Amino acid sequence: MAPRPSRREFLRTAAISGGILLGFRLPALAQTTGTAGRTAAGAAGAGDFAPNAFIRISRQNVVTILVNKAEMGQGITTSLPMLIAEELEVDLTKVRVVAAPVNAAYAHPQFGMQFTGGSMSIASEWDRLRRAGATAREMLLTAAADTWKVDRATLRAENGRVLGPGGRSLAYGQLVDKARTVPVPQDVALKDPSQFKIIGKPTRRLDSRAKVTGKATFGLDATVPGMLVALVARPPVFGGAVKQIAADRARAVRGVKHVVQVPSGVAVVADSFWAAKKGRDALEIEWESGPASAVDTDTLRAEYARLAQTPGARVSRTGDAEAALGTAAKRVSAEYDMPYLAHAPMEPLNCLVSLAPDRCQIWTGTQFQTVDQANAARAAGLKPEQVEINTLFLGGGFGRRATPSSDFIVEAVHVAKAAGAPVKTIWTREDDLRGGYYRPMWNSALSAGLDAAGKPVAWKHTIVGQSVTEGTPFAGATIKDGVDQTSVEGAAELPYTVPAIAVDLHSPKSVVPVLWWRSVGHTHTGFVVESFMDELAQAAGKDPYQFRRELLTGHPRHLGVLELAAQRAGWGTPPPVGQARGIAVHSSFGSWCAQVAEVSLSGNAIRVHRVVCAIDCGRAVNPETIRAQMEGGIVFGLSAALYGQITLKQGRVQQSNFHDYPVLRMDAMPKVEVHIVPSTENPSGIGEPGTPLMAAALCNALFALTGRRIRSLPLVRHGFESA
Amino acid sequence: MTTFNVNGRAVTVAAEPDKPLLWVLREDLGLTGTKFGCGMALCGACTVHVDGSPVRSCVTPLAAARGKRVTTIEGLPRGDRLHPLQEAFIEQDVPQCGYCQSGQVMSAAALLAKQRNPSDADIEAAMSGNICRCGTYQRIRAAIKQAAARMGKGA
Repeated sequence: MAPRPSRREFLRTAAISGGILLGFRLPALAQTTGTAGRTAAGAAGAGDFAPNAFIRISRQNVVTILVNKAEMGQGITTSLPMLIAEELEVDLTKVRVVAAPVNAAYAHPQFGMQFTGGSMSIASEWDRLRRAGATAREMLLTAAADTWKVDRATLRAENGRVLGPGGRSLAYGQLVDKARTVPVPQDVALKDPSQFKIIGKPTRRLDSRAKVTGKATFGLDATVPGMLVALVARPPVFGGAVKQIAADRARAVRGVKHVVQVPSGVAVVADSFWAAKKGRDALEIEWESGPASAVDTDTLRAEYARLAQTPGARVSRTGDAEAALGTAAKRVSAEYDMPYLAHAPMEPLNCLVSLAPDRCQIWTGTQFQTVDQANAARAAGLKPEQVEINTLFLGGGFGRRATPSSDFIVEAVHVAKAAGAPVKTIWTREDDLRGGYYRPMWNSALSAGLDAAGKPVAWKHTIVGQSVTEGTPFAGATIKDGVDQTSVEGAAELPYTVPAIAVDLHSPKSVVPVLWWRSVGHTHTGFVVESFMDELAQAAGKDPYQFRRELLTGHPRHLGVLELAAQRAGWGTPPPVGQARGIAVHSSFGSWCAQVAEVSLSGNAIRVHRVVCAIDCGRAVNPETIRAQMEGGIVFGLSAALYGQITLKQGRVQQSNFHDYPVLRMDAMPKVEVHIVPSTENPSGIGEPGTPLMAAALCNALFALTGRRIRSLPLVRHGFESA
Repeated sequence: MTTFNVNGRAVTVAAEPDKPLLWVLREDLGLTGTKFGCGMALCGACTVHVDGSPVRSCVTPLAAARGKRVTTIEGLPRGDRLHPLQEAFIEQDVPQCGYCQSGQVMSAAALLAKQRNPSDADIEAAMSGNICRCGTYQRIRAAIKQAAARMGKGA
C-alpha cells in the first residue's frame, strides 16, 4: 500500500515536546530528551551535560544546540550554532540543531520576550551564545583536568575532545558525567577574533539537505493522530461579522465533520483539506459588513495626500526649515506614495492545535513565541505555561508570522476548541492575501531648498500612514508623543548634511489591519529619501553619487558602502548600451547598505540587469548567509517596486493570488553582486537592510534613462511591465 | 479506489477522484515534501512528475493520475544517493526558507531529463513557473548549471 515514511518520521519527531527537532538529523533526540515538554528550558535527557539553555551533550557524544530563533530562511539555524561551535570547539556539521521551546531562558536579553524579528538575532545572541559555548568548554576542560589530575592550563579543547599532555584525549561525551558536577563558571574568556575558525568563514547552511529532499518539517506538514483540518470563512470586509449561516450544504460534503462559528468567522472542520475546502465553498453566509465597506484605497490615497500638506505630530526639528525654505535659491517639492503590501510568504499561514483540559499544544511556524503563548492561553482559557509551542520551519515570515494579536494562532485555538479535536487550520493563498496585516499605505510630501551652489539648506518631510504598533502591547515602547518610531525610522534623521530639517507624521486610523513587513518603516523611507535625494542632485546639476558623497561627511559607514557599490558597479563609466544606473544608500537595523541598479527599458518593459550591493553589517559571521540575505532582500524589494499592491474597493481586497499579486520570477531576476565591507565592529542586521533600497535604485536608474521621475509605486501603475 | 504508481511503488487510495493529487500525496500517502502554495498552478511549489513530465499537482485531480507514474521529491534520490541537482542545490547554498525548494528541484529535474545542457533561456522557460519568495533564483540557476555539467560528465 501507501509509502508513509514522512508521516512516521514526523510522528517520531513530534514526540519531542521539549524542543522539536528541525529535521536535519534523525530524530534520536526523541529518545534522549523524553517527553516531559513543559519542564525547564529545553529539557535535557538523563545523563546529558546541560550547562545552559542552549547546549546539551550526551554520553553518546552528541552535541545538541537549541536555537531560540525561528528559521524562516535567514539562515539563523546555521549562524547561531556557528557562534556556539566556535567557542565550544566542535565540528559544526556534526551538531544537532533543535528549535527551543518557549521559555524565559530564550527571551531576547533586553526585550524579555522570545521572538525573531528586527534583523537582530545575531546582534542579540552574539555575546550570549559565544559565552554559552565558552562556558561549556571551560567546564569540560575542568572535568578533564580533574579526571587526569593534571593542571588545567595544560589542556585544550579541539574538535569535540579535550586534549592533554602525553597525547591524552577524551571525547566530550566521555566527560559529561563529571562536567555535570563542575560549578558553572561566572566569567569565561572569549576567543580573540584572530583565533576564529568558524565565525567569518563562508559556511553552508545546515538545513539545506532537509530542504532539498522534502524532509524539512514546516507547520503545514505537522500532524497528530486524530487530527482534523479546518478552513475558515472570514468576512469579506475587515471588521465584518456573521449575520446568518446556512451550513446544510457544507455539512453534506463528504468528510466534513463540523461547521462551527469562531470569533474570526465560520470554520469548516473536515477530515482533509479538500473536504474542508469543498465544505467552505458550499457555505452560505450573510455578513454584516459595517462601515468598513466604504474603504477604498483610491479615496484613501487622495486623503493621505491632503493630510500630507498639513502639519502633523512633530518627529524631528533641526534649525528652522520653513525659514530656510523661504530664502533658498532653489526649491524642490514632491509627493510620494506607496500602496498596502502583503507579505505573501510561500507557505500560507497554518497552525495545528491540540487541546486538553490543562494543556494546549501548538505546532506552527511563528516568529513570536512569547506573545503567541500568552494570546493562545487567553483563547484556550489556560495559563501561558500550559501552552506549548513547537516552532517548525517557517515557509517564509517577512513579519507576517510576528503578529501582536497572534491572529492565525488564536483562531486555530478557537477552532480546535469548538471542534473538540486536534485541528490544523490552513489558510489558502486567497485567505492569506485577503487576510490583512499589510505593510501600510504611505504618503510623503517633501520640500527642500538648495543654495546657489546646489547645497541643500532645508528639508521638510511630512509622512502619512497607519501605525503598525498602535493598539498593540508594543505601543508603549514604540510610540512617543504621537510618533510611532517604526513609521519614521530612516526619515526622522538624515545622514546627509542639511542644516535645517523638519519631519512630521500623521498616523490615520483604519480598519485595515497593518503589520511590519520586511524592513518595516524603512520600506517607505528608504524609497522616499533616496529618490528625493536624486531629485535634489538633479536640481543641483550634480552627479547623484558625487552629490551624496559630498553630503555624507561624518558618516564613514554610509560613505564606505556608497563608495564600494559605486566602484564595483563602475559608476562614472558608461553603462552597457541601452542601460542606465541608479544609486541609493541607506542605513537600517544597525547596518549600512548601498545598491546600484542597471536598468533598461524596451517599450514599457523594464529590465533590471544587474544590482551591485555593498553591505556593512559589522563583523561578518557567515558571509554566505549575508550574500544570500542581500540577494533575497533585493528580490523582495524589486517585487514590491515592480508589482506589489493590495487595493481595496468597497472594503474588499481586490487581489487574491499570484496572478493579480505577482512577485518576481526567475525570468526577471537580475544578476546580483554582493560586496561585504570588512569590519571588526559588532555584527548587525542582514535580514532586512537589503530590501529598502531597491525601489529607489531602480527608479533613480529609470530617471537617468528616461528623465521621468516615478514617485508612486508599484511601477505597473504607470503602465510599466516587467521584461 | 484509484491505483497509480508513486516513487516506484503501486498505491491504491480511496480518496475522491476530484481531490487534487497534491492533497492525496500529502494527506493520504504522507508524502509532505510536495507543498501547497497557491492552489492555482501559479507558484510551482506542488510540482511533481507524472510519467516524467512536470505537473502542478494542486490542480491535477487524482483521477488524472490513475495508472500513471508519479515521482515526488521523496522519490528523486536513487536510494541513499541524492539526485545531482539536490547535491548542487546544497553546494550552491540555494535554500532559504526552503518551502518552494521541492518544487524547484522537481521542475529542474524534469528540465535536465529532457535537456542535458540547458541554456539560460531554457532554464528561465522551465523555471519561471516556480516562485521563490526568498529570491534564490540566482543560486537555482547556478545549481542547475552545476548539475548539468556534472551529469554531462556521467557523475
